Amino acid sequence: MHTEIKDFDSDLRLEPPIVEGSRTLKEIDDAIIAPLDRLPNMKFWLALGFTSTLLMIGAVALGLSFYYGTGLWGNNNPVGWALPIVNFVFWVGIGHAGTLISAILFLLRQRWRNGIARFAEAMTIFAVITALIFPLIHTGRPWIAAVYLLPYPNQHSLWVNFTSPLLWDVFAVSTYFTVSFVFWYVGLIPDFAVMRDRAKGKIKKLLYTVFSLGWRFSNRHWKHYEMMYLILAGMATPLVLSVHTIVSFDFAVSILPGWHTTIFPPYFVAGAIFSGFAMVQNSLIVIRKIFDMEDLIPMRTLELMNKIILLTGMMVGYAYTMEFFIAWYSGNQPETFTFVNRAFGPYAWAYWIMFSCNVFIPQLFWFKKLRTNLFVMFVIAALVNVGMWFERFVITVTSLSRDFLPSSWAYYTPTITDFAILIGSFGLFFTLVLIFVRILPAVSIAEIKAVTAQGQPSHTHIHLNGKSNEAH
Amino acid sequence: MNNQKLYALTALFDTPDQIMKAADRVSGEYTNYDVNTPYPVHGMDDVMKLTPSKIGYFTISVGLTCMSLMLYFIYWTNNVDYPQIIGGKPFFAFPTYVPIMFEITILTGAVLSVLMMISILFKFPNNAHPLHDSGYMKNVASDKYGIYVEAKDKNFEYAKVEALFKELGATSISPVYYDEEETDWKPQTWEPKFVIGTIGIAVFTSFSVYMHMNKVLFLPPFNWMMEQPRADYGEVSNFFDDGYSMRVAPAGTIARGYIPYLFESPDSAAKYMSNPTLATKENLELGQKKFLTYCSPCHGNLGEGASRLKGQMPPGPDLRSEMYQDFEDGRFYHTITKGKGIMSGYESQITREERWAIINYIRVLQKAYGVPSTNKEMAENVENNQEASE
Repeated sequence: MHTEIKDFDSDLRLEPPIVEGSRTLKEIDDAIIAPLDRLPNMKFWLALGFTSTLLMIGAVALGLSFYYGTGLWGNNNPVGWALPIVNFVFWVGIGHAGTLISAILFLLRQRWRNGIARFAEAMTIFAVITALIFPLIHTGRPWIAAVYLLPYPNQHSLWVNFTSPLLWDVFAVSTYFTVSFVFWYVGLIPDFAVMRDRAKGKIKKLLYTVFSLGWRFSNRHWKHYEMMYLILAGMATPLVLSVHTIVSFDFAVSILPGWHTTIFPPYFVAGAIFSGFAMVQNSLIVIRKIFDMEDLIPMRTLELMNKIILLTGMMVGYAYTMEFFIAWYSGNQPETFTFVNRAFGPYAWAYWIMFSCNVFIPQLFWFKKLRTNLFVMFVIAALVNVGMWFERFVITVTSLSRDFLPSSWAYYTPTITDFAILIGSFGLFFTLVLIFVRILPAVSIAEIKAVTAQGQPSHTHIHLNGKSNEAH
Repeated sequence: MNNQKLYALTALFDTPDQIMKAADRVSGEYTNYDVNTPYPVHGMDDVMKLTPSKIGYFTISVGLTCMSLMLYFIYWTNNVDYPQIIGGKPFFAFPTYVPIMFEITILTGAVLSVLMMISILFKFPNNAHPLHDSGYMKNVASDKYGIYVEAKDKNFEYAKVEALFKELGATSISPVYYDEEETDWKPQTWEPKFVIGTIGIAVFTSFSVYMHMNKVLFLPPFNWMMEQPRADYGEVSNFFDDGYSMRVAPAGTIARGYIPYLFESPDSAAKYMSNPTLATKENLELGQKKFLTYCSPCHGNLGEGASRLKGQMPPGPDLRSEMYQDFEDGRFYHTITKGKGIMSGYESQITREERWAIINYIRVLQKAYGVPSTNKEMAENVENNQEASE
């Protein structure tokens, strides 16, 4: 072989292997599926006990809210959109990282995503489920909410308002949930088939057989399957951008100062990816530890995610400063007042928590040593989540509590019920994540096999990472 | 084993390179064959000479179709079924429909394509395929690369295929048999299990929906909006000084759309009012309808004063007489509104437009009176119309 071609090859193989260690395909099956076959370890039960306790706190708070009414919450007259909407935007944002990892990074051929894509997609689904609770309970009577959220023929001969961003939201979030779920399930079909062919117990075998639909690993099927996966990724990409854009329309289409700005859609999308990556990072570090998956999810993947957190954090910081600049540059008095009030008014504490957690602290990721330290990245990701929650709090509450008319101003304080529901949402999310990791393969078996060192025939070696050129 | 037939001869290989080579050789000689790999192997489609999947055309056509249907649905609700102006936007506010149309395109494109792929392209769910539960399938699910040639291929010869696989370096070669009865089994619609299951699901669903809509929603706390404390009229109230729950509207309040009638005497009405309506065909038809409903019982179908009330009320005067021909429109209007003598006012029953239409119709009756050729025809017409309206 000619030397120049060899150099060309080795350049393309600069990317280190995605899966660390030299596991055979069978060992990959074992590593991913075996934890599902035996009883979980103590670490798992401790984690599940903790998260389900949080879930119970939230359930009790919700039960009380339904029984005594939403007067238990802090929502007052100018601040009608209080914690429920803050939490809704927060959780929908968390979901965005999953689709970004599974769809956008797939289209960009970032193969390091393969190890975490399944997990991130599951997080999307659970985050959207958690998010959907909040607008429903915010209606006060969620058990009849479906009646006025969906267009259906009724005896009042009324239709929903198709010109309202709130209805766009209903369509956007439900489409997002459905398409994410389909994407996730399509990815799971081959893995169900693997589990079907390994299963020992009768019930397990029956369930996996049903869910695998009779997948046969046929190449004539893989052909359509791969194309479908590409199409789904291609459709999920504009979808994920549209969802948070539409969520931002809920604010931007209104006339309130601080909300009525055109920067909102890109600003919300960047913030969603930012907080979503931080949440994926937090969960991955824990799950990796609990289920001993250090080599399937190597440090390099975590480091790349930290780089994205750094990037999107700076985009969010740019949006914060640009909002201030435009408020001054526009010369619009209510707009200027709103932003000065945000940074130096009664909610200054929330604003500066937001600003420091989202803009200053992620700057630590410039240092490789901190970027690759598990403890540091866990703390920073947690602080980013705190900061992004406060971002939604600042946007929602400061604008509403002090709008055009000073006589209607009021200060908003969340009650303990509000916080209990917030805690419960974290409990629900992490309980679902833990159960998911227990009963379904948290790493896509077919995708991870495809990126192993010996995974592809040698004539396509330029797509590979590892040392697979012996055949030449 | 007697009723088992050969489905295919299978071979397993250890590396992707070997399976590529095997697929290349087999594809040259056989048509009914397939390759099974634990994950999609790059370049296999070219070796097997498969055309690229055309699923994308389905996705885009179904997405765009459903998008158009959604646009039509939104247009129909906002423009045809219940036209409303919202937020000062036009009835057909296209830009505000774009987000929903976009979401529907993605939703239907994704979901229907996946359903189509699974049910039509893959013919799934299918758990009765001969390859299922074979050692071959267990291996290709995990770490081996498999290829098989079906027995129904026209070039299939057991020994030849086996020799080919051996030559290619297969690690294991094994035939797969199938039970004809098992694979040809079709679900039976009237199978008791299926029927009982379907009925059970239907009963459970109806029962739970019934309980939800009729019982659960009326239990506390779901019913609290209906049972919240409120003041009904006729009840004593401690909140208001006068002790009544019911509030009286402030002086001078009028109902929306109501225009008060200010004239006290027919003379002033006759002097200051003129008929604002034109005696068009529609207007006269309206006047005729209202005249036959409200006026004809006493004044007769032609205004001739022939009461149908058979002495329970005195007959009304002949509206065609000269005295009434000289009546101004305003005077008629005042009489209809306020009544005259034994006739009561019809202010609450007949709207203003209808009163003027009645007056136009009375003018027609008056003009037709004494013109014999039309008189009879008109009487017949009126009779027919009345029968039709009854």
